[in-house]
This record gives sequence, C-alpha cells and structure tokens, in this order.
Amino acid sequence: MAGQPKTMVRTLKPSLAYRIRKSLARDWDLYLLLLPGVVWFLMFAYKPMAGLRMAFYDYNIFRGFEGSTFVGLANFKEFISGPDFVRTVKNTFMIALWQILICFPAPIILAIAVTEMKNKFVSKLTQTATFLPHFISVVVVCGLVVNFLSPGTGIVNLVLKKFGHEPIYFMVMPEYFRGVYTAMTLWQDAGFNAIVYIAALVGIDPQLYEAAIVDGAGKWKRIVHVTIPGILPTVVTMFILNIGKMVKVGYEAILLLYKPTTYATADVIATYAYRVGIGNRDYGLATAVGLFEAVIALIMVVGANKLSKRITESTIW
Amino acid sequence: MKNDGQHLIQGRGERIFNIAMVFIGLAISAVVLYPLYYTVIASISKPLYVENGSVLFVPKGVTLESYRQAASKPGIWVAYANTIFYTVVGVLVNMFFTATMAYSLSKPRLRFRKFLTLFAVFTMWFSAGLIPLYMTFRDFGLLNTRTAIIFGFAMNTYNLIILKSFFEQVPESLEEAAFMDGASNLRIFATIYLPLSKPALATVGMFYAVNRWNSYFWAMNLIRDDDKMPLQVLLKKLIVDRVANETEAAIITHESMSSPTTVIYAIIVLAIIPMMVAYPFVQKYFKTGLTIGAVKG
Repeated sequence: MAGQPKTMVRTLKPSLAYRIRKSLARDWDLYLLLLPGVVWFLMFAYKPMAGLRMAFYDYNIFRGFEGSTFVGLANFKEFISGPDFVRTVKNTFMIALWQILICFPAPIILAIAVTEMKNKFVSKLTQTATFLPHFISVVVVCGLVVNFLSPGTGIVNLVLKKFGHEPIYFMVMPEYFRGVYTAMTLWQDAGFNAIVYIAALVGIDPQLYEAAIVDGAGKWKRIVHVTIPGILPTVVTMFILNIGKMVKVGYEAILLLYKPTTYATADVIATYAYRVGIGNRDYGLATAVGLFEAVIALIMVVGANKLSKRITESTIW
Repeated sequence: MKNDGQHLIQGRGERIFNIAMVFIGLAISAVVLYPLYYTVIASISKPLYVENGSVLFVPKGVTLESYRQAASKPGIWVAYANTIFYTVVGVLVNMFFTATMAYSLSKPRLRFRKFLTLFAVFTMWFSAGLIPLYMTFRDFGLLNTRTAIIFGFAMNTYNLIILKSFFEQVPESLEEAAFMDGASNLRIFATIYLPLSKPALATVGMFYAVNRWNSYFWAMNLIRDDDKMPLQVLLKKLIVDRVANETEAAIITHESMSSPTTVIYAIIVLAIIPMMVAYPFVQKYFKTGLTIGAVKG
C-alpha cells in the first residue's frame, strides 16, 4: 500500500489489465461500496428497460414472452392510428406549453422581485411563503383544488355565489382543466424553482450594478442589462433540465384531477398509458405508449441541449 | 443588498419602487398562504358558516368536532404509522445506497468512473416507464410488499449526483494522510468523509424524507392491503375521490358541529402538520442542496 500509485502508473504505462488489477488490489473496498448502488440500478432502472420488449408483443402476463405473440410494431400502429393519439399528444403539448409560458418564467420574475425587495423582512416572508407549498403532497394539493372548486361547498363557488354568479362545475368542464392545472403547479412550485435563480442573482458582481448606476441606468435598465444577462446561463440550464420533464407532465397530479368528462383537454400520453396498462391490462400497448413518450422526452432533452450549445456556450454535459 | 453601495443616490422614483415592492411582496405572500389559512379556519368552524360562505377570513363558531371525526376515520392512524415507517426506514435505506455509490464515484482514481456515472445519469433522461417497472416488481415477487416501497425507490439519481459533488469538494490531503496510516477505503469513508459531510447528508436526507412522506403513486399501485397502506393513498380516497354528492346531500343545520367538508379540511390539516412543523429545518437544508445542485448543473 504505497502512498501514490497514480504517479507510478503514469510513468510506467503498464497494460490495462495490469492497471485494473493494481487498482483492484489497492481499492477493492472502493469497488465494494459501488456494489449496492450498481445492483439497484440494474434491478430497478435497467431491468425495466429490458421489459420494453413488451412493446413489441401482444403481451400476456401469465404466459410471459414465450407464450405471447410477437407483433412487431402493431402496438405502436394501434396507438398512432387510434382515436386517442391526436388527443393525448395534443394535450401533452398544450399542457407543456402552458407550463413553458407561465410556470417557467414565473420563478425567474419572482426571484428578481425577491432580490429587488430592499425590505429584508418582506423579502424573507415572500420567499418562505412561496417555498412552502412545494412540501405539500400532490394528493393534498389536488384535494385542496377539488374541494375549493366543488360547486356546492367550495370556497371559489361560495364567493361566486356571493356576487350572484351561478356555481361553476370546474372539475367536470374540459375548458377549465388546463387553467386549473397550471394555476395549481404555479402555486406549488414557483417558489421552489425560484431558489436557483435567487442563488444566481446573489452571485452577480455588485460592481456591474455600480457601473450601470454611474452610467445613469435606472432601475429598469439595470434589470434588463445587468440582472437578466447575469442569470441567463442558469435560465438556459434550467430550461434544458425541465424540458424532458415537461413532456412527462405531472401525470400523478392529472390522474387525481381528471375525469372522463375532462379527457378532451386533460388526458395526456402518460395518463393514457396508465389507463391502458393498469386499467385495461393491455400491457403491450401501454408499454409501447410509454416508450413513445420516453423517446420523445429524450429527443427533447438532447435537442434543447444542442440548441443551447448553439445559442450560448453552456450545456449540461 | 447588491446595490447598497455608496454611489447609490436614492431618488424619488427609487423610493416609490421600494415601497411598491413591499406591497407586491405582501400581496404575493397573502395570496400563496391563503388556501392553507382557509383550510385551517374552515376546519375549526361550524359547517353552517363554512358552507354558506361566511367563513372567509376568521373562523366562526369554533369547534374541534371535525378533528374528532377526522381522527376516528377508520385506518387513518394505521396509515399514519405506515407513512412514518416508510419515511424513517426508507430514508435510512436511501442514504445507505446513495452515500456508498456517491463516495465511490467521487474518486477520480476509480476505474470506469465516467462510464459508471453515465450509467446512473442516463436513467435521468430515459426511463422504461410505468408498465415495465410494474412488471419488474411483479417479476421479483414484490407486489403488495413493504420491501417494494423501501428498496424499489432506494435511489434517486439527482441526489446521487449532489452527494457525489459534495464528496468531491473534500480536500484530498485528508484522505492521503489516512492512507499513509494504513486506513482502508471503508474506514476513511466512515470515519473521515461521513462526519465531514453531515450538512450534505442532512440535505439529501431531507430531500428523501419529503419525497417519502409525500409519495402516493407507487404505493397506490403496488400495495393492496390496508395495513400496509401509507397515509397519502388513504388521503386520496378521503379527500380527492370522495363522491361529490356525499357532501352536497349532507343536511347542515345550526346544530351540526361537523360536515363532510369540514372533516376533509381537518384531515388535510392533520396530514400536513408534520411537514409544517419540520418546514423551518427543511427549508434551510433544501436551499443549500438546491444551490449546490445548480452550481453543478
């Protein structure tokens, strides 16, 4: 166990096999530490990937792959030519679009607002208050939404009634779904997502602001010319990190909120896969739908990263 | 904060801006906190006032009857205990799997380090999806078991990367000195790195705990028995899936001390109390964790 085999390896350049053996001899327990994690990834992340084969079978859960018929791309064809394809793809992208247009910029604006608040107490209060909803579970948040919007006893309709308005059946009318869902995620995550931007804003060199003031820049000009360029790399990074998730949209929440009457606007690819798989037990089709979605998400992430490489210099890899 | 420099001359416009920001901050906070505030006041008010809309800012006809009803919902305490079990044991398992692998991956001398990191990170960008994961649990015979919940979600790649970058920041000299004294990797990990990384471990542990406490989706699909059910799955039945008519049909009189609606609000309060109590600590650690994650990202 000599102190520094690293230098020795570099000067002698022995064979790869030798270096691996040497590394194992010194660091066998370092590899041992790796073991539980690697086994976990194999069992619960890569083993399911092998299960993606189901997408190409008319999969029968009791007979396994041997007893199920290989159907090639039939499941994909069934999904793409079926009546649910256009609806679910459109809804997925519409909900993602609302997220990009409203829920993505909101935390940036919130972060700028919070750092511009000279009153320390108000700044702190705003951060604490907006951060809080993130820690409430998706079930409770959806419970709040459903109960607040209930036509008979929900606070929203009670207030509407006070103004002489008829109660609105928010949760059964498709035209309200995207608005409700967007407002809900905005409430829950804006403060949480602002943290990263607040950290980036605090890191901007104060001299830049002082120079801008000397040049006679007002508040607004300083925000546009110093603050925004200062956090742009963070914005790009967060955008790429989020874009893959956006395709996945919050199906756990949508599953709790949607109803057959709101499928027209609420049913996304993931919820459809869930209904087909867990509900109808059509495992082949459900896997194919899930795979379709996962591939689109992957393309979006890679694409966004390529794009950001071209526009700015920052990438996530 | 940043432009408090001496060169700053506060003009009138600047002062108006600052005052406006105070009001904006207060308005945002009020709007964000109101749903939770309303839930609390509705849960302690008489249902008649809640359901005719006269409880808006202050509770009316204060009573704890709704809480008595909520606390006697069948299965609620078993579910509560299960959630505590899944959270405590689950986080310990999470920390074991995450810390060991993160430590190993943080060492530049580890062979195939790049490949192994990619092996983990790839799962962030591409996952097999619902049905294949469900089938995996089925193949391993883990349906309807606590083991599925505890071990099936033992790792989160994002947390792995955070912890790995924490470990990378520990100065190498400490490790080398211990190597000279003949300490093994396991020993160095346990006696030098773990104690040094307490804040990082607390941060990641907190991430996991919040996640464990709040998750419902896989428990709903994997667990069938009521005695293994976590709180969130029961909550789904009690506060989301409730039949709308049930509430509407309830006859509320002056004498009613609770109604399905006020009981729901009481259940919600009971469910979020632990999180609210822990919030100050959670908030502190989450901020550090997120900031470091961002720097790394």
